[in-house]
Amino acid sequence: MVKTLPFEEPVVQLKAKIEELKEYTVTADVDMTAEIENLEKRLQRLEKEIYENMEPWDRVQVARHPSRPTTRDYIQLLFTDFIELHGDRLYGDDAAIIGGIALFDGKPITIIGHQRGADTKENIKRNFGMPHPEGYRKALRLMKQAEKFNRPIICFIDTKGAYPGKAAEERGQSEAIARNLVEMAGLKVPVISVVIGEGGSGGALALGVANHIHMLENSTYSVISPEGAASILWKDASLAKQAAEAMKITAPDLKKMNIIDGVIREVYGGAHRDSEAQATYMKEVLLNSLRELSKLSAEQLIDERYNKFKHIGEFTE
Amino acid sequence: MIRDIFRKNQKKKYATIPTEKAKNDVPEGIMMKCPECRKNVFTKDLMKNLKVCPTCDHHMKMTAHERVEIFLDENTFESMDDHLETVNPLNFPSYTEKIKSDAKKTGINEAVLTGVGQLEGQKVVVAIMDSHFRMGSMGSVVGEKITRAIEKATELQVPFIIFTASGGARMQEGVLSLMQMAKTSVALRRHSDHGLLYISILTHPTTGGVSASFASVGDINIAEPKALIGFAGRRVIEQTVREKLPEDFQTAEFLMEHGQLDAVIHRKDMREKVTTLVQMHMSKEVSTW
Repeated sequence: MVKTLPFEEPVVQLKAKIEELKEYTVTADVDMTAEIENLEKRLQRLEKEIYENMEPWDRVQVARHPSRPTTRDYIQLLFTDFIELHGDRLYGDDAAIIGGIALFDGKPITIIGHQRGADTKENIKRNFGMPHPEGYRKALRLMKQAEKFNRPIICFIDTKGAYPGKAAEERGQSEAIARNLVEMAGLKVPVISVVIGEGGSGGALALGVANHIHMLENSTYSVISPEGAASILWKDASLAKQAAEAMKITAPDLKKMNIIDGVIREVYGGAHRDSEAQATYMKEVLLNSLRELSKLSAEQLIDERYNKFKHIGEFTE
Repeated sequence: MIRDIFRKNQKKKYATIPTEKAKNDVPEGIMMKCPECRKNVFTKDLMKNLKVCPTCDHHMKMTAHERVEIFLDENTFESMDDHLETVNPLNFPSYTEKIKSDAKKTGINEAVLTGVGQLEGQKVVVAIMDSHFRMGSMGSVVGEKITRAIEKATELQVPFIIFTASGGARMQEGVLSLMQMAKTSVALRRHSDHGLLYISILTHPTTGGVSASFASVGDINIAEPKALIGFAGRRVIEQTVREKLPEDFQTAEFLMEHGQLDAVIHRKDMREKVTTLVQMHMSKEVSTW
């Protein structure tokens, strides 16, 4: 049973009622087709109403849903022959970021993404998808490798942020992130980033200096978590819901601000309701991006990235 | 005996208990107290000593304009983009007022001062962050000013030098602040691709999004002694790892020990050392002997 979120409670209740009635028709031998049909129509209306009018905080909940598909799930659903490549060649292999080569529509491509765990045990191994410097350095190594062999790069962003720990500081968390930003700016191959869950601050951006940035409809991208923002701005972490609204962190908000290129629609209720259908939505978007970007020269790709980020910011002069 | 009673009362009447506040009360402008060793020092002497405490060698915070005074050739600095104005994109209450009051207090339009100047006659572009302005935090205008300064350095084909001092990305501008990290990075990439020198000088404090972008990727990274430099805040880390962190954690010396810096340089030597470095990078030809 998939965990239900508070905002979708009415839908779930109605669904349960319909099921109940259906069962009742079978066992009690009464014809209730008309009633069921009516209720199903009502369900459709209700789903549309609820899922198309989600509040920022609802989206935050969906983005954090424990069953939400992760990088690994999309790799399985979208690509073939994935070969995972490990290690940064400097210190270690960070399981919070995975990467490798696979075929997309029969052509080789490099894939890199944050990886959360499916359960507590795996989450401990993967540090809840919060990378250490070696994770970012592995990512950069794979990007440089892709550049050498002229493969496009797809990055999946799904992290609460870079890990705030002692060892991370000692090994240069700041430098690892900063280096990726500068190096990604100069990559001669197409780079596409997709925020699939939470895009938390610098730890997310370190996989995000792309030609095209897409976000799943119920993903978030922010400078700080709603809880963090609430405690800094209003000294009260319980105001996270208000902060989620004020900080403008949802995919539709970022599209409105022209920071991202596109919002990838999600199946009703969120990607976890039907990851296969979600992957097909994503595939179409990725193919379109690749078609467009593969026409550009290395220089054009770099210039495009330059112009994209150069224009982000609001001020008057 | 009766007199004693009166005396007692009298004493009480005139007793003055020095408050904590009063103890620290030093006449404004004439004297300053070193925040490290608590010794008083004449402001005049302190400025002569580059705002370094004569007793304990503590490097005190400097304003951007003071930094221009002590670092560049006299009267060579021309500031840029002072006309850019911060807006309030997420409509945070009292954000605009806070910016206005900090601008008045510091005499700069935002938390960074940028411009063209000279070091022993060599033209350079500098960006100097000022932690007196919203803790030096980076929003759209700070990102834009630094980006334009880097672009200016690329256009003039000269070195870019930054003094960082920042608590990180500015919360009140949300994800726009985060994206300034990427914006400054794409500009640095272009500057670097022209074979130009970038020196990052990290001063107290340099943390968060500023530390995790331009501050850490100089061709040469230098810090002032004891400067606090790090990605995550000390308290956040202590809460996550549940252990006490060493005293010198995230100081310039700590970073030096862990291979994150090229050098820790005393303020009194900074101009000379950086000038030498700049001069060593000005020839585009391969030397022949």
